Amino acid sequence: MQSRLPILVFAALMAAIPFVPGVPPFWIVLLDNIGLAALVAMGLVLLTGVGGLTSFGQAAFVGFGAYTTAVLTTSYGLSPWLTLPLSLVVSGLFAVLLGLITVRLSGHYLPLGTLAWGLGLFYLFSKLEFLGRNDGISAIPPLSIGAFRMLSPGSIYYAIWVAVLISALLTMNLLDSRTGRAIRALRRGHVAAEAFGVHTPRAKLLVFIHAAVLAGLSGWLYAHLQRAVTPTPFGAHAGIEYLFIAVVGGAGYVWGGVLGAAIVVILKEVLQSYLPLILPGSGQVETIVFGIMLVALLQLAPGGVWPWLMSFFPERSNGRKPDTSLKLETRTRSPGRGSVLLQVEKARKQFGGVVAVNNVSFEVQAREIVALIGPNGAGKSTTFNLITGVLSATSGSISVLGKKVNRAPPQEIVKLGISRTFQHVKLVPDMTVLENVAIGAHLRGQSGPLASMLRLDRADEAKLLAEAARQIERVGLTEQMHQLAGSLSLGQQRIVEIARALCVDPMLLLLDEPAAGLRHMEKQQLAKLLRDLRDGGMSVLLVEHDMGFVMNLADRIVVLDFGTKIAEGTPATIKTNPEVIKAYLGVAA
Amino acid sequence: MNTTIMLFLLQDGITNGAIYALLGLALVLVFAVTRVILIPQGEFVTYGALTYASLASGQMPGTAKLALAMGIGACAFDLFVARKTLHGRLILRSVLANIVLPAIVLALTIYFAAQKPPVAVCIALSLVIVAMIGLYLYRIAFQPLAHTSVLVLLIASVGVHLALQGLGLLFFGAEGQRGPAVLSGAFTAGSLRFTGQSLTVYGITIAFIVGLWLFFGLTLYGKALRATAVNRLGARLAGIRTTLSGQIAFLLASVIGALSGIMIVPITTLYYDSGFLIGLKGFVAAIVGGLVSYPLTAVAALFVGIVEAFSSFYASNYKEVIVFMLLIPVLLLRSLAAPAVEEEKD
Repeated sequence: MQSRLPILVFAALMAAIPFVPGVPPFWIVLLDNIGLAALVAMGLVLLTGVGGLTSFGQAAFVGFGAYTTAVLTTSYGLSPWLTLPLSLVVSGLFAVLLGLITVRLSGHYLPLGTLAWGLGLFYLFSKLEFLGRNDGISAIPPLSIGAFRMLSPGSIYYAIWVAVLISALLTMNLLDSRTGRAIRALRRGHVAAEAFGVHTPRAKLLVFIHAAVLAGLSGWLYAHLQRAVTPTPFGAHAGIEYLFIAVVGGAGYVWGGVLGAAIVVILKEVLQSYLPLILPGSGQVETIVFGIMLVALLQLAPGGVWPWLMSFFPERSNGRKPDTSLKLETRTRSPGRGSVLLQVEKARKQFGGVVAVNNVSFEVQAREIVALIGPNGAGKSTTFNLITGVLSATSGSISVLGKKVNRAPPQEIVKLGISRTFQHVKLVPDMTVLENVAIGAHLRGQSGPLASMLRLDRADEAKLLAEAARQIERVGLTEQMHQLAGSLSLGQQRIVEIARALCVDPMLLLLDEPAAGLRHMEKQQLAKLLRDLRDGGMSVLLVEHDMGFVMNLADRIVVLDFGTKIAEGTPATIKTNPEVIKAYLGVAA
Repeated sequence: MNTTIMLFLLQDGITNGAIYALLGLALVLVFAVTRVILIPQGEFVTYGALTYASLASGQMPGTAKLALAMGIGACAFDLFVARKTLHGRLILRSVLANIVLPAIVLALTIYFAAQKPPVAVCIALSLVIVAMIGLYLYRIAFQPLAHTSVLVLLIASVGVHLALQGLGLLFFGAEGQRGPAVLSGAFTAGSLRFTGQSLTVYGITIAFIVGLWLFFGLTLYGKALRATAVNRLGARLAGIRTTLSGQIAFLLASVIGALSGIMIVPITTLYYDSGFLIGLKGFVAAIVGGLVSYPLTAVAALFVGIVEAFSSFYASNYKEVIVFMLLIPVLLLRSLAAPAVEEEKD
């Protein structure tokens, strides 16, 4: 979707630089270093900025890449081109290994865990005999094509920047895809993504590996640029430095990584070469000034320099409407009215001593709208979470079309055709409405990460977006399709959640307070939509506090109070049920 | 290994562990209140230690000047932020707290440094100097970033660490220093020898843990700090000045750091860059304590100290590796034990 022109211009510019007469060779060295750092930072952008996984350990992966090629080319005489895939594979394998442990860490434990193994691996690099201990490995052969040996910084320059550009393109392609949307949803917590079939640990591991492979690539290039490796550049300080390159540039943006690398590398160089002229004699002044400038930069542009720069350019609308004639396969519909779709039997959920849901039983039949009502704290949302697999019941059973799903994770429940919205809206605010809704169709696409990077997913992707656009149209938000979800009103965001749930092509739609925050007219539209859906063969189970809305809409109502079902029946009988009136209004003294 | 060596290692471990406990407490405190992972905590340690050691040997520590310079910076920040609503009292208060105070301390330091002051004066001056640095540091570096993400704060924290460590080299040189014992004398019990210094370490650590516990449990400021830690917005709505909470947290952290430094510099030689590693170990303890629990952090710190002592005996080469790798199983256990259903906050 992104325009390719700026990238082409950038590539042409970078290709031309060495030919500009009078460019000092030293600049080329700097550009080489920027490219190397940019590769690692780009991985961190995906990992930290987009995926929300902060890693201090990237320097270790650079080390894996560099040491792999160093050992294989010096001790075994392999050609550097042969060791390229091997370096990437070694980095990737270690990423799988470390990732399996690390991505399970939650919250602040994750960055600290990466710091721990980052430090550990650094010590390992400097202690192992076959890696040359602290002296490292030298006399690594240069890259060569035929008789052309890339001995000078100027000749390897192209290799580095081709790698940077290709990696940037692949990374951007990845982000703009089915897998990319799953990755971008990671940072907003896992509950929403999992409700639509995203396997979040796998998605986290994927970005982890992607970042590690990019770091490994940087390491491989580094080894052949320096033609020697020592442990120092792979230590904890380097790991921290990569992270702040990403943050300074703008941690959510691929080009932010490149810009950050340029800023940090050039800043350090300038400070090192010019500060001694101004303040002679003092050794560590550049570190001091560098630290201070880092803090100042963050205070001026806390989101990073790239988004700050971009804010000066007028926003171009890339809002092309997807071709809605493309169709995804749809689910074969359940049988007609009267067959049981969802059966909840004596479901019970205890949190310690609190019984949130107390032996509740009810069922939802095909083609009906059932409302779950009750005062605050009655256990309605907990019941939703039990049905959708976010929580597992303490006892009792829940079955879908006669099949028990008690312990099934959310990803399995959604496959059965049950999709939901959330009481507290869980959209990704910095993704467009279209992209958010397309997450709902996650399970209906097949393209994996590799296909996405290579843009082999376009046919699949077009269908997914078409489906998303269709559902957006259905709920009446066509005009907002290309706006960021976070910019919509809360009521509209709830409607976006419904569109996202519809993208699953569900048999049963679970709506948690869909009408909250809607105006009168919007509520009527929503009611009409839900009736249409029912008539089209879908069932709806909804939690709602707006009694007028519920009474006019629902075929049946289930009333909960303090976790216990106190009544069930048609709206007319519920209205007059003394238990229900007592629960809502209390008893007259 | 015999019992004597084991007891000795244990004692050594507990002494170091006590220091890590203090640092861990400070880190937990600062993180809880301000969300800053305070990497420069180690610099507070070295600044405290080396300021104390310099003063004791009759040298003028550069940190006193730094405090004044940072105070001027903090004052400038104060006045710039309030430029639209400036009035005399505000200016006076800011100038007094940020410029006059460090200027007086600087004058005192110059006066005393020339005549090898007694230990108590050295301690007092070092504590005040580092406390001011901590306070102004919050004002200059972190208060303007208070609304940003943990990641941005962390990177700023790295920047501060770099700057302070560089300044440390400028002030104290590359050579290590040792300071005079706070409490001299020693006694033996069985085969163990207790020095006055190690007893001081235990005493002060316990006093601080109890003190913090009382502070947070009983005082209004303590409760305000806890409220800020739980919910920043809620605390503000309840009338708590969150910047004040941040200042108190940094003040406490810098005092704790400086005190730790003063306590260990008679036992081990400290260099300008020693703080980082010491701070990191306090950090390991803080993480094991989950960045929330004070007693757990203290226990974890003792554990880290003991593991370090034993691994330096058995595999001194891998001492650091063992201490840091220790984290991974702990982190895994904690993650598995409490798979937090994380609500996102950015």
